[in-house]
Amino acid sequence: MVHFTAEEKAAVVSLWAKVNVELVGGEVLGRLLVVFPWTQRFFDNFGNLSSESAIMGNPRVKAHGKKVLTSFGNAVKHMDDLKDTFAELSELHCDKMHVDPENFKLLGNMILIVLATHFSKEFTPQVQAAWQKLTTAVANALAHRYH
Amino acid sequence: MVHFTAEEKAAITSLWGKVNVEEAGGEALGRLLVVYPWTQRFFDNFGNLSSTSAIMGNPKVKAHGKKVLTSFGDAIKNMDNLKGAFAKLSELHCDKLHVDPENFRLLGNVLVIILASHFGKEFTPDMQAMWQKLVAGVATALAHKYH
Repeated sequence: MVHFTAEEKAAVVSLWAKVNVELVGGEVLGRLLVVFPWTQRFFDNFGNLSSESAIMGNPRVKAHGKKVLTSFGNAVKHMDDLKDTFAELSELHCDKMHVDPENFKLLGNMILIVLATHFSKEFTPQVQAAWQKLTTAVANALAHRYH
Repeated sequence: MVHFTAEEKAAITSLWGKVNVEEAGGEALGRLLVVYPWTQRFFDNFGNLSSTSAIMGNPKVKAHGKKVLTSFGDAIKNMDNLKGAFAKLSELHCDKLHVDPENFRLLGNVLVIILASHFGKEFTPDMQAMWQKLVAGVATALAHKYH
């Protein structure tokens, strides 16, 4: 089980408090679909994903991005217990959605990049390290129930 | 062989023109050592790497980071022939330095994050996609001569 120090938790929580989950969520999912276009295969029914502006402006992408990042907010509240927190979502992504767990790492990297664009110098090496650790741990938790 | 369109080359080159290679290089290598601490194993003789501030302030880290990113600048001048451009460095990293090629991907990710934090909104999804393509191409080129 991954262990977060008090400093790491503080770094994660304090930055999270400033995140506009709706805005950032849409941007994270949108960027995933733009930068790694094969991920669009999981969102066939989302309508127009034919260009960067179509994707970033797509209301379903924004709504689903908000849903995904809201769920990530759970990770921030349960940093000591990620595997249990994401147990059901792990089963869902395996059994129903058939998502390759590699994609969780890609999304995690995307979260870091969007945080970097929003927070700039405030996204210090230490903050980046704490968030990298969290996104990696969430990716592992989401893969944990795969069979 | 990875192919870059004229637009991609122009966009990458124009952003690169605004990068302070010395500063960004030191930051990239420093963040690699902070965020992925196992990478410190390749820099045993760099002196004090005992904390984030020690790493980010370490003159050997800054100097070597500048060297690495200057070499990355070569990639941008040779986007149509990355494998050729990095053939010698690939052999060096395999035969002399014994670096796991996975680390090239990690450094590429760190570089993307630094660009994101420096350029903010200017680092659009399309721009990010181009840079991800470039860093992936460089990582592949650096691994190409491994045996």
